[in-house]
Amino acid sequence: MPEMIDIQDIQFYYKNDMEETTLALKDITITVEPGEFIVIIGHNGSGKSTLAKHMNALLLPTKGEVFVKGFNTKDEAHVWDIRQNAGMVFQNPDNQLVATIVEEDVAFGPENLGVPPVEIRKRVDEALNVVDMSEYRDKAPHLLSGGQKQRIAIAGIIAMRPNCIIFDEPTAMLDPSGRREVIRTIKKLNKEENITIVHITHFMEEAVNADRVIVMGDGQIVLEGKPKEVFSKVEQLKELGLDVPQMTDLTNELIKEGIDLPQDILTVDEMVMELCQLK
Amino acid sequence: MSIKIENLTYVYNPGSPFETKALEDINIEIESGEFIGLIGHTGSGKSTLIQHLNGLIKPTSGKIVINGIDITEKTVKLSDIRRKVGLVFQYPEHQLFEETVYKDIAFGPQNLGLSETEIDQRVREAMELVKLPFDELRDRSPFELSGGQKRRVAIAGVFAMKPEVLVLDEPTSGLDPRTRDEVLDEIKTLHDRYKNTVILVSHSMEDVAKLVDRVIVMHNGKVIFSGTPREVFKETETLESIGLGVPQISYLVKALKKKNINLREDIFTVEEAKEEILKWIRSNKNV
Repeated sequence: MPEMIDIQDIQFYYKNDMEETTLALKDITITVEPGEFIVIIGHNGSGKSTLAKHMNALLLPTKGEVFVKGFNTKDEAHVWDIRQNAGMVFQNPDNQLVATIVEEDVAFGPENLGVPPVEIRKRVDEALNVVDMSEYRDKAPHLLSGGQKQRIAIAGIIAMRPNCIIFDEPTAMLDPSGRREVIRTIKKLNKEENITIVHITHFMEEAVNADRVIVMGDGQIVLEGKPKEVFSKVEQLKELGLDVPQMTDLTNELIKEGIDLPQDILTVDEMVMELCQLK
Repeated sequence: MSIKIENLTYVYNPGSPFETKALEDINIEIESGEFIGLIGHTGSGKSTLIQHLNGLIKPTSGKIVINGIDITEKTVKLSDIRRKVGLVFQYPEHQLFEETVYKDIAFGPQNLGLSETEIDQRVREAMELVKLPFDELRDRSPFELSGGQKRRVAIAGVFAMKPEVLVLDEPTSGLDPRTRDEVLDEIKTLHDRYKNTVILVSHSMEDVAKLVDRVIVMHNGKVIFSGTPREVFKETETLESIGLGVPQISYLVKALKKKNINLREDIFTVEEAKEEILKWIRSNKNV
């Protein structure tokens, strides 16, 4: 079986009006396995979103190749296969909804794929069920909350039956409860629907449950590993303009004071457990 | 500059089937020089409330008294109010429009009819406050800058008005952690320098707890709490039930309490937690 996403040594240049070029991605190689949950973090301008847009052929590399389910993104004949396989959810929910009724919005993708009407009905119902929005099927999207709108956008992607969904800061504009709803939905898609997830975020707490965390800085991958490995590099992450989960930060401060704690604490529960050991 | 909001009610689409009460009987008093954090879930009425503060929206009923002047009176000139109450909207960089950084920041002060020297001084100071290098960036197009820099140019444009009341609607959303901390520091510096009144709308309980003197919590168009961070963030259950939360450290303190490890309950920052845990460990050893 081919890798879900296979990025082979790519570079990407931007050109501005003055014909000056900027190297936005430098020599990036990543493979994403089917079923994996990957989180990408990095400062503003580090190239995270540019990289994400290479994963469903919204951008094509200047040098190197990207394969999605074995299809080369440069191969125009397969661009719709690629986008059906790898869907994308963006930051602003208001820019992603197209219809005046929730279920019509969810049906938009499969309609464009030429799915028969009976099958569309089934897919829309299932998709709304997965994101817990079935009871809003006949509502107008603009009357929903931010978290609800984002879940409708996700349902629209799910209805296209993708193997992979790329989330580009889907929680940046949401309040705490909206953020919780969306994160819960993303985890569920990965665990229960076995959808491969690539999640880009500025909230370090959202990265603690990932299978793998990729840290970008100035167009390159600077760190990669399990959340515990990556977040134990507190000083390096801070130098990159990032943060670590607050519990990791606290652990690091306590270790500096000579307290005997493992370096890889990420959550409140783990911290409580470790402190109880010290009793 | 003090603000007094009395029995403020605002109804969207009155008399139509879509009639919605966005604000209901709001009473808030804000002292001159206070730093206020305004929190509430999306749709709780925060944005509607702050748009009343400089007359962008007129209340359905009630009064908004700024420094003794009721701005809802017909005789009040709104341009006078907007000189004193500066509003930084969400994603303010979408409102950049000038050819150069300098012109964009100078636009507001120019409309105040200030002298060129005074305008120049204000642009320089605003850029210094938001840590944008003046000589390097003054003639650049704001549209060529990075996201974090664009945000700063937009904020500097409001700083340059020297508003006596500064209202910011989620000024850090979408920024990376370092830029977020820097922008918050810059707002704090301005506040410390001019003792202006600041109202910060935020979804980050950690930021609010760290920065503000008083937290005002809105829910369904009403104010449900108003108090110091220490008073407000004790209400974990209520805050969660209305779609908010408390800072991470508060969750830790709570979870430890269940295990009979008792730390002070009014701490919010990693620094405070470190001190408290060290104290606990040391007292433990002495037993």
